[in-house]
Amino acid sequence: MTLSTFIQQLINGFSLGSLYALIAIGYTMVYGIIRLINFAHGDVMMMSTYFAFFGYIIFRIPWYISFPIAMILTAVLGILIDRGAYKPVRNAPRISALITAIGVSFFLENFGIVVFGGRPKGFRIPKLFGHIFEVKGVTVPALSLWIPFFTAIFLVLTFYIVYRTRRGMAMRAISRDMDTTRIMGVDVDGIISFTFALGSFLAAAGGIMWAMKYPQINPLMGIIPGLKAFVAAVFGGIGNVVGAAIGGILLGIIEIMFVAFFPQLAGYRDAVAFFLLIGVLIFKPTGIMGEVLPE
Amino acid sequence: MLKIENLHVFYGGIHALKGISMEVPEGKIVTLIGANGAGKSTTLRTIVGLVKPREGKIIYRGEDITGKPSHYIVRKGIALVPEGRKVFVNLTVYENLLMGGYNRPEDDEFRKDLEYVFSLFPRLAERKNQLAGTLSGGEQQMLALGRALMSRPKLMMLDEPSLGLAPKLVEDVFKSIQEIHQNGTTILLIEQNAMAALQIADYGYVLETGRIVLEGTGEELLHNEDVKKAYLGG
Repeated sequence: MTLSTFIQQLINGFSLGSLYALIAIGYTMVYGIIRLINFAHGDVMMMSTYFAFFGYIIFRIPWYISFPIAMILTAVLGILIDRGAYKPVRNAPRISALITAIGVSFFLENFGIVVFGGRPKGFRIPKLFGHIFEVKGVTVPALSLWIPFFTAIFLVLTFYIVYRTRRGMAMRAISRDMDTTRIMGVDVDGIISFTFALGSFLAAAGGIMWAMKYPQINPLMGIIPGLKAFVAAVFGGIGNVVGAAIGGILLGIIEIMFVAFFPQLAGYRDAVAFFLLIGVLIFKPTGIMGEVLPE
Repeated sequence: MLKIENLHVFYGGIHALKGISMEVPEGKIVTLIGANGAGKSTTLRTIVGLVKPREGKIIYRGEDITGKPSHYIVRKGIALVPEGRKVFVNLTVYENLLMGGYNRPEDDEFRKDLEYVFSLFPRLAERKNQLAGTLSGGEQQMLALGRALMSRPKLMMLDEPSLGLAPKLVEDVFKSIQEIHQNGTTILLIEQNAMAALQIADYGYVLETGRIVLEGTGEELLHNEDVKKAYLGG
């Protein structure tokens, strides 16, 4: 492999990893505060691509308006899912919430099939992102640079919210002790909804960029990215926001490099993530950033 | 200030409180003593809205707060220092104090209260930016008290503040409670250390398996034969 192909693959891996990172944060934040693996998260991402599709392609609203609107709609969807599906089972055993999450996932997928149709729809890329660069023999689609750029912005925003604002502080407090957070006068349900909104907003950012990278959307497209982002969240240390970002980016690079170095095994591409998951669970279940805090 | 009438609470299928009535007058220290499992913590958790009663009423400053959400009750001026301190070990000392004043803007009043807490517990000022999980048990208790103070409560409820502390520290904690009281906060104190509690209390209630079996001034209870036998070691 030449150096230029290697660099090219690294950039590809980084941009794919950025998308995993954006989706993984939603998983990890929700797990962090209510100990729920939100299996519908990938499907929430899928919904965001349809919101963007309708805004940008059907209604022809410019991308810089329609994409943010799609992200906000997805955030609202996240709140609705929390209020409608998860809040009623908040005090039930954890397995009930998990089954509910799987139910929500199936619901969204089939809702998509019925309402949007099962046939894939083509997603047009705004001109700005469609360029292809060539620098010293390295061919790079502009999108592969835009994706990490936008991801960086959203990550900074997220870290700021989680580590520098009151809401973020309350989120971190809830993750340790929900009842005690309540008696601090925190509207815990409000913070949980906010967390769902933020996670879904980021998933939408990832989803819309995903739809530009692989410009075809269908109601089942959220499953594999969702599962892989889940792996990324576990890899980074579930519950840890910074870990999810790092885990996502690493997973993207590992996956792309695997295919680059073993092209004959390219068919096993999706399996890489799950082998990684098994490895992490056996050798370091707390993940990269998972820490054991003093009691 | 706080009035509880005929409170019945079921907790995990157990009839934990069987019709409790009690009163905490403004400006006083009232204590609730009793053995493990008598329902002391449940009483406090019910007042602050973490547990919903089956029956009965909780009146706070003329308002019926029964069954209201915790954040509503806390905003009305009730603070709870929970059993086992329950500081947020993953937040810094400073952030823990911010959590205590979660619903207040960070204005001059807020900073004044912060200074007041630091003057009461200078150790917390020294360790402001440390994770609360790295504090010793005694320091964590100070932090739990400071955190509760940051909401500027009118009524402060303490659940076993002496639990697991060395005797010297217990003394410190009780001194702090009295100081907080002298600065105008009404106190409802739960203790297994009945002796220490009754000595500083204006009024006391004795709880046994979900019922109040005895009440009186701190002095009366200290000299009551039954109380002596059951809680003060003869």
